Amino acid sequence: MKLKGKAWKFGADIDTDAIIPARYLNTSDPKELAKHCMEDADPNFIKKMKRGDIIVADKNFGCGSSREHAPIAIKGAGISCVIAKSFARIFYRNSFNMGLPIFESTDAPEKIREGDEIEVDPSTGVIDNKTKNETYHAKPIPPFMQELINAGGLMNYVKRKVA
Amino acid sequence: MTITEKILAEHAGKKEVSPGDLIMAKVDIALGNDITAPLAIEEIKKVGTKNVFNRERIVLVPDHFAPNKDIKSAEQVKILREFAREFGITNYFEVGRMGIEHALLPEEGLVLPGDVIIGADSHTCTYGALGAFSTGIGSTDLAAAIITGEIWFRVPESIKFIFYGKLKKWVTGKDLILYTIGKIGVDGALYKAMEFTGDIIDNLSMDGRFTMANMAIEAGAKSGIINPDDKTIAYVKERAKRDFKIYRSDKDAHYSEVFEFNGNDIEPQVAFPHLPSNTKPISEVGNIKIDQVVIGSCTNGRITDLREAASVIKGKKVHKDVRMIVIPATQRIYKMAINEGLIDIFLDAEAAVSTPTCGPCLGGHMGVLSEGERAISTTNRNFVGRMGHPKSEVYLSNPAVAAASGVLGRISSPDEVD
Ligand code: SF4
Repeated sequence: MKLKGKAWKFGADIDTDAIIPARYLNTSDPKELAKHCMEDADPNFIKKMKRGDIIVADKNFGCGSSREHAPIAIKGAGISCVIAKSFARIFYRNSFNMGLPIFESTDAPEKIREGDEIEVDPSTGVIDNKTKNETYHAKPIPPFMQELINAGGLMNYVKRKVA
Repeated sequence: MTITEKILAEHAGKKEVSPGDLIMAKVDIALGNDITAPLAIEEIKKVGTKNVFNRERIVLVPDHFAPNKDIKSAEQVKILREFAREFGITNYFEVGRMGIEHALLPEEGLVLPGDVIIGADSHTCTYGALGAFSTGIGSTDLAAAIITGEIWFRVPESIKFIFYGKLKKWVTGKDLILYTIGKIGVDGALYKAMEFTGDIIDNLSMDGRFTMANMAIEAGAKSGIINPDDKTIAYVKERAKRDFKIYRSDKDAHYSEVFEFNGNDIEPQVAFPHLPSNTKPISEVGNIKIDQVVIGSCTNGRITDLREAASVIKGKKVHKDVRMIVIPATQRIYKMAINEGLIDIFLDAEAAVSTPTCGPCLGGHMGVLSEGERAISTTNRNFVGRMGHPKSEVYLSNPAVAAASGVLGRISSPDEVD
């Protein structure tokens, strides 16, 4: 299944406090967290974005705390995936465990402009920029990791396996 | 391939893996403690399963706030104990049998060369000293691994550290790793595997090797690892209750970086507040008065460490303004220390000796610092407030330096104690 949406661009070192400020951490409900997604990086983000849209960022996205709330907030907001030059280690693990697809690409974050229509094929890692008619590459997501994402995260995947 | 890549490939059922690959790997041992396991157990309960992947391969150790320091920690430990009973988990270590997890597991022969070991504790990287791939993960990961016996990894790049030449007097594994972290910084090995090699490592005791692998996380690494040799095999042979496999890095294995350090350049190191990378050689420390000395932890609470500390403090007294706390890391180490007369030496020197616990290492209990106090400690972290009040300070060193400092009341070299 391809992921399609409009690109929203962010810079380098977007930390977990920008993704979901600590003042909202008194819940782990995706809907509640989604209301404040990216609030400290762009206060209007949640009003502007549509379901399926894609976050495109520079290096070290998700640095800072180990809170699992960060990928939950992004996924809860309906973002279909995040493309960045690189991700902070714990955010990387948490994203897959919470069922949020993420892609590392060196060229896509540089070439994509805000508002470009983007289509990502998770199984090949091919990123199509429909607006500019360009193609970029990321490492594909292996089948078992896709299963994990399709299940909606690690614990749901485990539930399915034991059921 | 590197030893790390070989172990991960084998556990993923692949011939080869390379850095950046996402793999699903089989887990040999999954570890949790009194802080992290309760969260994992909560997740497991939600899944509603009655089975774990292997009842003998899950290890639960209440060590951080055990013996229970208050009601809350008693409740946490109870969750572990009851889970172990309900699911028939054989490796639950009760007070009286337990030790600090990362000293206990190798000693019990539960972790072996060639294993993939995960633990919901950042210092799980310790077992890399045996030639295993061993790393810290979160409670959700632990929950899933306890049920399925599998975990996903991104194969890390490896950095090679070659230590050559001879070690100076009083220089230990602790100094080698502090020196390394001082050189590369607290994120110098971010996400990577640190592979320690060279003559100096070959000559290092197993205890010294555990100390080095233990602190790989303090350079941001995913794991630390040492190629197994005769010493490793001798160590595990008398403990292992199952088969193990020896992997070694190929001569032409690929490393993202290679560092070479000359033993002649390395003095005993002291890490100043508030980062393990903030190191100085002992000769440049200056006059720093201390209030407390802690000798123990998963970094330096092993028998070799106690021997080194005792050799410095034998026949001396702890300085009148100083409290010295000695904590053997496991029951077995405790008993060895008694039999070898080390505990007598500490008691005669007027140090306090405790049953195994993490205790002061994380400011939990058994030696918490008050405002403005300063400690020298053989532990692994000196972050703000790590051992108590946010305005207290922790200096990190090897056991001999810590013991000497206890005698003189200021941070000092063992050579200054005559
Ligand atoms: S001794 Fe300290 S670092 Fe080691 S496991 Fe215990 S709390 Fe963690």
